[in-house]
Formats: sequence, structure tokens, C-alpha cells
Amino acid sequence: MLTVEEIDAGYKDLQALWGISLAVNEGEIVALVGPNGAGKTTTLRVISGLLKPSAGCVLLRGRSLAKEPAHRIVELGISQVPEGGRIFTGLTVLENLELGAFGSNARKVKDQSLQWVFGIFSRLEERQRQRAGTLSGGERQMLAIGRALMSKPGLLLLDEPSFGLAPLLVEQIFQMITEINRQGVTILLVEQNVRAALELTQRAYVIENGRIVGQGSGEALLSFESVRSAYLGSS
Amino acid sequence: MLGPIAQNLVFGIMVGGLYGLAAVGLSLVFGVTKFLNVAHGELLMLGGYAGFWIFTLWGVDPFLSLPLVVVCLVLIGLVLYKLLFARMVKLTEENKIKNTLLVGFGLSLVFQNMALRLWSADDRGITTAYSGQALTLFGVRFPVVRLASLAIAVVTLLLLDLFLHRTYTGKAIRATVQDWEAATLMGIDIHRVYLLSFVVGAAVAGIAGALVSVGYSIEPAMGLEWTLIALIVMVLGGLGSIVGTFVGGLVLGVTQSLTSYWIGGTYREIVALLIFLVVLVFRPQGLFGSKEG
Repeated sequence: MLTVEEIDAGYKDLQALWGISLAVNEGEIVALVGPNGAGKTTTLRVISGLLKPSAGCVLLRGRSLAKEPAHRIVELGISQVPEGGRIFTGLTVLENLELGAFGSNARKVKDQSLQWVFGIFSRLEERQRQRAGTLSGGERQMLAIGRALMSKPGLLLLDEPSFGLAPLLVEQIFQMITEINRQGVTILLVEQNVRAALELTQRAYVIENGRIVGQGSGEALLSFESVRSAYLGSS
Repeated sequence: MLGPIAQNLVFGIMVGGLYGLAAVGLSLVFGVTKFLNVAHGELLMLGGYAGFWIFTLWGVDPFLSLPLVVVCLVLIGLVLYKLLFARMVKLTEENKIKNTLLVGFGLSLVFQNMALRLWSADDRGITTAYSGQALTLFGVRFPVVRLASLAIAVVTLLLLDLFLHRTYTGKAIRATVQDWEAATLMGIDIHRVYLLSFVVGAAVAGIAGALVSVGYSIEPAMGLEWTLIALIVMVLGGLGSIVGTFVGGLVLGVTQSLTSYWIGGTYREIVALLIFLVVLVFRPQGLFGSKEG
């Protein structure tokens, strides 16, 4: 479904990604794990079109996204939940969700999507009239994911959905992610919480210093020596 | 004793409504694009002359010609944005403010001198058949023209508020104000949002200018004063609240008018700038703004 081929990208003089390649198949949950500053977020920014690569290309169902501006890529079916959620705190919960369905196709089925999202995150339905800034950390993350789902994406990019949340909430959010995937949304998940991410996913890529250094099934990577020592705190 | 105070209060409120209108355009453009357009007062001036010439040449009532003035300013806004401001969209926020300040100053000089050349330095104003009429209530005069101007200012602001809160496009504008990158991730084309905000800002400035030409007077160099007023009111009201900006306008109008009465007309501007400084120091988010969007 998604193919990233030999991407180089960076900011001004600083190159952050070196020949990144990865693929996500229809229906999968794939994780991209690695330490802080490894290039995980940058990779997602390239896929979403917020950052244009200096070399290589991103293909969605075989179609190159090189010439598509970021707002068009959403309409083509890739939706991103950025790090920290970045919900619109000054707008109501409902307004946030409505904006998720901004594209013309998504807008036509907005009411159905809303019911779908409320089905997954019932808390959001209770709070729809509230200003988003009044939500708790977990609710904000749910809103950020719900908002991204409103565009009816084929592929959902999640950047650190567990960031800053209590362990119990992390577990809940991960269950919801599994549920979203079960309902047919392909997921590319960026996580620092490596153990949780690897337990959740079928496949994962390990990224370090802007390069892919390993890949395999989640279970295989859990026993992958360098992953164990680097991220799981055991040798 | 109370009579003159009440009269000045009323005059202050009437001019304050126009201050609010002038500031809302600047505030909308700044909030969305982070362009600090110091030629905003010149857009007001152009709106004033548009109203004046439509009345003088074709005899169209200045209140009826407002839609035409809006069309003129929309066109001017479009050209300015496409020609100059669109180039600055990609800059960082800090550079955006710096560059737009420079471009704005340049523009204001160009427009001022153009107006001076074309229309002379004379003060102009629109005098209609009903210009001298006023309602009198408890000994306080309410000039009909200024009353109508205030009403139009209020209606314009209400419509703008409805647009921003009730329409999809309006919500996209508010989202862009908060976080343009997150807005992009919603599928919002922020270039279109920027263009639209800039043009709406110009149109609202045009309405304000046309109203100034009816109730007061216009001249080529008026722009700087109005840019200052708009800046002060924008800070008073706090970004992102139309009601706050309007109330900020009223506060400034009333303060100026009472200062003129008690201390003297020459101190009007000084008092306005003093309020500006005090608010900046003690309540930088504005009298009515909240720290969070």
C-alpha cells in the first residue's frame, strides 16, 4: 500500500534521513521504532508531505506523492496524528472532528464518520460540546486519533500515541489502535515505547541516526539482541 | 456638567465602533498569516476614497455603495497578496513579521503619495442630504450618520463572527490561527486560507474607511494614524476574539473622547499610547484574550 524508497531528507544543512526504505501492506500494523532523534518523526513528515525529500520517493498504491502538496495527500488517504496530538484547543471537540473531515470526499460522509468515531471513542461523544483545551491528556489523544479518522484514511500514521500518558491509558489507547486496525485501517506507528509497540505489531523497522538498521516481525525484533540491549534495558 | 460627559461618551462609542472595525481586519490577517501589515491604514484610506468618489462622481449614497467599496478592496487585496505577500508565506514567523513590516511601510508610502498625486492633500468628506440630522435623547445628540456607521460596524463584526464560527471555511481559518501545520494535516490548503483572510481583512478595512469618509473626513496621510489605532486596539482586545477587539475599540474611542474633553485634544494620542504600553506590560494577552488560543 505504502512504499517509501530510498528517501534522503533534512532541514537546511542538516540531513536527517539517509536512504530510508520501508513498505506497509494493506491491513497491517507496522511499527517504526528507534531512539530520540533517530528520524522517526521526520519520516512521517515526509510521508505526509510536510517535508519534501531531497532524493527518493513515496508511493501510495503505486502512485508517486512527490508532486502532491500535504493537504492533497490527506485526501488521497493518508492521515497523520502528529506527536502530542496537536488538537485545536480553542475549538470544541466537535469542531475538531469536523475539521478532520475537511476534504470534499470526507465531508460528504461526515455524519457517518462521526458515528464511527464516537463508536470507538464514546468519551468524545459525551464531550463534543466542550472546548478541546478542557480535555484530559488521554482524551486529547483520543480526539487527535478520532480527528485523523474523520478523513476516512486508508493509512493512519501515528506519531508517539503513548507519549506522556499513564501506563493504564497507554494500554487503552493501544487497544483502540488494534480495534481501528481490525476495522480495516492500515497503520504505521512510530513509538519510543518499544516493547508495547512490538507486542502490538506484525512487523517493525528499527531506525537509528536516520538509517534503517533492522526489520522483522515484532516478536523477532523483541529478541533481536541490539534492540533488547538498546531499548528494553536487558542484556 | 453631566451633559457634556454623556455627549463625549456617545461620540467616543461611535468612533470606537470604527476603531474596532479597523482593528478586526488587521487582527484577522495577523492572527492567520502572522503578516503584520502596517499598510492596513492605507487600505482604510483607499476604502474612504472609493466611497468618496463613488458618491461624488455618480451620486450613489455612501451606505448603499458599501458593497462596491468591498469589491474594490477585495481586488486590491488580491493583487497585493498575489504580488507581494504570497512570497512570504514560507518564511519563519519572525522573518515573516520583519519582512511584512518592511513591505508594509513601503506600501504605505506608495499609497500615500499616489493618493496625494491623484486626489490632492485636501481633507474630503461625504455630505449627504441627511448629514446634519441628529436624534436628541436626554439632551445628548446622536448624529444619524454616525449612528448608522456604528450599526454597520456592529453588523459587519457579527457577520464576521458568524462566518468564523458557523462555516467550514471559518473553522478552517480558526484552526489555521492555532496551528497551521496541524491544519494542513486536516487537508486544509493554508495558502487559500491565507489569501482569504488577507482579502477579508482588506474588505473590512475598506468598509471602515468608507464609514470614516461619511461621518468624519479622509486625507491621503490618514493611514498611519489608523494603523496605529488598529494596532493599539488589536493589543487591547487580544488576538482571536472579535468581540474583544470590538470592545477594545470602544474603550479606546471613549478614552480618547473623554481625554479631549478633560485634558485637551492634543493629548488624545498620548493617552492612547499610554494605554497601549500599560496593557502590553501588565496584560500582554489583551484585556479579553486568553493565553490559550
